[in-house]
Amino acid sequence: MTHMRRTFRVAAAGLLCALCVQTGGQAADLDLTIGYLRLEEPAHPVLSGLDPVPARRGIEGAELGVKDNQTTGGFLGHSYALDVVSLAPEALAADVAAAARDMLAKTRVVVLDMSSEAALAVADLAEAKGAILINAASGDAALRGASCRTNLLHTALEDSMAADALMQVLLSKRWTKLAMIVGPTAEDKARAQSYRQAAQKFGLKIVSETTWTFDSDLRRAASREVPLLTQGFKSHDVVLIADAHDDFARYIEHNTWEPRPVAGAGGLTAVAWAPVIEQWGAAQLQSRFTDMTGRAMTPRDYAAWAAVRALGEAVTRTGTAEAGALHDYLLSDGFELAGFQGRPLSFRNWNGQMRQPVPVVNAHAQVAAAPLEGFEHPRNPLDTLGTDQPESECHAFGE
Amino acid sequence: MRVIYAGLLTACLAQPALAAEIWVSNEKDDTLSVIDIDTLEVIRTLKTGERPRGITFNADFTRLYICASDSDAVQVMDPETGEILFDLPSGEDPEQFVLHPDDRHLWIANEDDAVTTVVDVDSRTVVAQINVGIEPEGMAVSPDGKTVITTSETTNMAHWIDTESHEIYANTLVDSRPRHAEFVKDGTELWVSSEIGGTISVFDTGNQNEIGKIHFEIKGVHPDLIQPVGFELTPDQKTAFVALGPSNHVAVVNTETLEVEGYILTGRRVWHMAFSPDHRLLFTTNGVSGDVTVIDVAKREAIKSIKVGRFPWGAAMRP
Repeated sequence: MTHMRRTFRVAAAGLLCALCVQTGGQAADLDLTIGYLRLEEPAHPVLSGLDPVPARRGIEGAELGVKDNQTTGGFLGHSYALDVVSLAPEALAADVAAAARDMLAKTRVVVLDMSSEAALAVADLAEAKGAILINAASGDAALRGASCRTNLLHTALEDSMAADALMQVLLSKRWTKLAMIVGPTAEDKARAQSYRQAAQKFGLKIVSETTWTFDSDLRRAASREVPLLTQGFKSHDVVLIADAHDDFARYIEHNTWEPRPVAGAGGLTAVAWAPVIEQWGAAQLQSRFTDMTGRAMTPRDYAAWAAVRALGEAVTRTGTAEAGALHDYLLSDGFELAGFQGRPLSFRNWNGQMRQPVPVVNAHAQVAAAPLEGFEHPRNPLDTLGTDQPESECHAFGE
Repeated sequence: MRVIYAGLLTACLAQPALAAEIWVSNEKDDTLSVIDIDTLEVIRTLKTGERPRGITFNADFTRLYICASDSDAVQVMDPETGEILFDLPSGEDPEQFVLHPDDRHLWIANEDDAVTTVVDVDSRTVVAQINVGIEPEGMAVSPDGKTVITTSETTNMAHWIDTESHEIYANTLVDSRPRHAEFVKDGTELWVSSEIGGTISVFDTGNQNEIGKIHFEIKGVHPDLIQPVGFELTPDQKTAFVALGPSNHVAVVNTETLEVEGYILTGRRVWHMAFSPDHRLLFTTNGVSGDVTVIDVAKREAIKSIKVGRFPWGAAMRP
């Protein structure tokens, strides 16, 4: 049935297109302005200044997505624009709400690049009813669970998707005994919890745990401190690091008491995107992005790009820019997005999370792409990553 | 190196009947592997520019054109000596091309630039550049030479270009990530494969309407991994062989009913293919496993696998 529907749409679009060529392609039949609302993250102090956060992280991913949409739209008489508002970290909740109201008065599709709390507050605005908001930043489980909202979709990875991806890779290598170092912040602890859950899900064992407490300058002291910290671990295959801010993890590898690979942060990591990804045509996306920005594409840029491209794809296939129709199509079986990851991307219709493969990489190469072979799921192997429907506490989307 | 080739050449010339060959481009080795169709062995390995992908011979097989993507050139090789004669201007990042029936104009997809470039191979000049969708790749020319198709991977369209005016006269949407296009059945139909969509769209070339779609289904393989890329039809146009990428299978399709009649196991990430001159054998390039699978066309089964270079991509037959 789906096929018939899609065939019809394709034929209709073909017709539209022939028409637009005849009229010289001048008339823009459809216009879609996509909002991009960012609440900048407060800078978290880190030990090393080697990897500064790009000032326009996320925004530039969306800009590339709009360019991609425009090229396609140019042949169909569809035009796209991006309306960016970026608020300083000290903006108050009321400022965010005011900016969101302004934006929602202009467009009904908005990409959100902000914390989980801020995104939820925007989703709950009266003005956001019936809009499409796409979270391109937060991995918070609650946003996809008990606090889910039908007007809030997610192209950012759910934290547990990354944790599951990493565990699949470790399990496939039979590196099943893990010793974990957990950082001091709330985000580090949440990350550690996602590792514990993923380890349990796939049958790996966290044999030892310790907390990162050092406040000395690790750039000088790592070779002395880290062996001592890791000396007490029970027999383990891998040192797993819960460091959500990429703060201390870089100093652990090659400083451990036992010669062990490092994973989680530093070493082997599961991320939505990384500069080392080159398969499945990814090299093209990377070079388009780098040509445009002069820098490497980050996971935030990828999530923003995917959000904008998903909207563009929905407009292309449905021939409408109306938010309700786009929302229906995005969550339907007919929707699929080519995301340079070797499998079509789509949205989970029970919580709005984008299904996507999760690359597992080190600094120099992609090691694997989860789901790995052998991890099966009755619906889609991609659903072995993250909270699955039976466990989901999200009920807003209905059955 | 050249001395060795010269020696080989003399040896070949000494033999009365020269065996037909399959030429394969090795994307990650910057080489071509030449397979002898009689012995099914690699008899020559030739250096090319960087990242060779699309390859095609001219009408009398005296020249081989090579898309050397990362060298931003189309190279022209003398297939006898293996020598690169000269580079053609090609636009940036040429990935795939098609030679017009006039044997004179190469139509080139420039993947990074979202343009199709038309090059006159005699004057070695660019005749035209046409703006197309993002990441153009699949290229096809109608038998009458009047239409060239470019498919664009990220725009998900087939662009129909008038070869006289160099203008696009139609754009048709296809499923996600189109990779390969061919005019079939004397040019009455256009087929376009979509890698991520997992389909082949069939168009009536008269009105550019979609008239059918081919779907694939392999037991034990998730649909997401069934990714049609290259395909070839038998000379009677009744049977199509479709490479299905990371599902590691080639589908055999009845071109009348558009139903799949069977699947043939190949190497990993099967990509493009070429027939032997008698069409009894079909050779597929397998990108990930770095080999070529030889298929017995009548029996519809794989009979041999031949190791070639790293990431074999394009394939072309030389009689």
